[in-house]
Amino acid sequence: MWDALYLEFMRNAVVAGVIVSILCGVLGTLVVVNRIVFISGGIAHAAYGGIGLAFYFGLPPSAGAALFSVLISLIMGAASFKGKERADTVIGVMWAVGMALGIILIDLTPGYGVDLMSYLFGSILSVPTSDIWYMAVLAVAIVCTVVAFYKEFLAMSYDEEFSFIVGIPVRGLYFLLLVMISLAVVMTIRVVGLILVIALLTIPPYIAEKYTTSLGGMMVISSLLGIFFTITGLWLSYSFDLTSGATIIMVAGATFFFSLGVEWIKARKKVVGGN
Amino acid sequence: MNEYAIQVEHVWFSYEGSEVLRDVSLALKKGEFLGIIGPNGGGKTTFLKLLLGILKPDRGRILILGDLPNTASQRIGYVPQNTDFSTRFPITVLDVALMGRLAWSRIGKRYSSEDYEKVRIALEKVGMWEYRTRPIGRLSGGQRQRVFVARALVTDPEILFLDEPTASVDQEFQVDLYGFLKELNKDVTIVVITHDVGVVSSYMKSIACVNKHLIFHEGGRITKEMVDMAYQCPVDLIAHGLPHRVLPTHEHED
Repeated sequence: MWDALYLEFMRNAVVAGVIVSILCGVLGTLVVVNRIVFISGGIAHAAYGGIGLAFYFGLPPSAGAALFSVLISLIMGAASFKGKERADTVIGVMWAVGMALGIILIDLTPGYGVDLMSYLFGSILSVPTSDIWYMAVLAVAIVCTVVAFYKEFLAMSYDEEFSFIVGIPVRGLYFLLLVMISLAVVMTIRVVGLILVIALLTIPPYIAEKYTTSLGGMMVISSLLGIFFTITGLWLSYSFDLTSGATIIMVAGATFFFSLGVEWIKARKKVVGGN
Repeated sequence: MNEYAIQVEHVWFSYEGSEVLRDVSLALKKGEFLGIIGPNGGGKTTFLKLLLGILKPDRGRILILGDLPNTASQRIGYVPQNTDFSTRFPITVLDVALMGRLAWSRIGKRYSSEDYEKVRIALEKVGMWEYRTRPIGRLSGGQRQRVFVARALVTDPEILFLDEPTASVDQEFQVDLYGFLKELNKDVTIVVITHDVGVVSSYMKSIACVNKHLIFHEGGRITKEMVDMAYQCPVDLIAHGLPHRVLPTHEHED
């Protein structure tokens, strides 16, 4: 592993992994406690439509995906606010249509075929240094935003109605959160691909939730877990020549089941101890 | 100076095409202790949400302390039903109580030492200060409800709204809470939605029965009219076994 770090692409992969892990730790925590995993999945998949648009019109794919997924997230947010009853269906439709749009636009784009697989499962080993800077700036901006409005996000997540009554702009915060999620998702697609984004957003917070009594603590633990997953996954994929995105998720999944096991044993012990 | 805490004038409200409230009016003076009763699905919670500004009436006007509901937000306190909260949410008692100090004007700023001081006083008042570092999900229903009361109090409200505060909590808490509210009522107008008619008659100064229509009765007794309108009210009465205080024997009492 260490000798691999002499390679620029490997260094970039590690840095990208760390940045994305911190973002997913912070935003994933908010995704999990606000129960908007499905919307996040919808944003991730619909982002492919943005990638298709970018290729078709000859724009940089990251920018295309970012703009498109921000737009999609706002529409999904409005749908979930307006008519909560069928919001999941609307999101599901946009999820599928976004992806289909992307695939068709790439079919229509003249020239060489775009490697769909690298967007589905990520291509962490091909992140250029310029992208690292772009990711770092965006990550700092997002983390600062969450820190600045931490108490409002906490209140909104715990009790939306009460927050509204005391005068917190709940709707504005919700849309701000969705915009941040879509930007983070677009970056995460580079690392683990759009299919696996959800795993990196949800698995670390799910595990972290059990070991802390504050949302901030949950964000920190999630970020550290994410870093552990991406670095370990990267090292395993390098050592055994496996697809990096999938390997990262397998590490996360293994830890997830391990933590479930630990919880189960703890619960059993309590029962035995109680008798 | 406005003598009314709440003024509701000919309010109509429907939800997805079906009428929930029809031509509802109410004028509640400051210092009142109002109990809102009525059958499930009769519109009690909807009525409360209109008063809080969460919902907007289709027709009619609502004034809270002489202002529109949303502009009065810093002068009211709200204790929600404690049944719909995730017990896994990682938040301490202190952090929940601090939420009461949030306001539009203080967005993005840290909590001040004054905020912490107010929260300490409120948590001590409800007997939950020593639990401040505990995750709220691990408390009992009654303890959690005390924290929600403290959170509502840190705004120094002029009106306190409570939605079924004793649902799914122990009997002891119920007695404690209403004793506490009675004391608080010396300075604060209180509005409580409740199922428990026994409590209504022993603590409340006035009663409103909501079942699409609203019947308001200053003087704290349930009238025959209310019973007739809100079919399910008498079922509650009998179930709670407190017919002696509730049914209108009141003509000669005054």
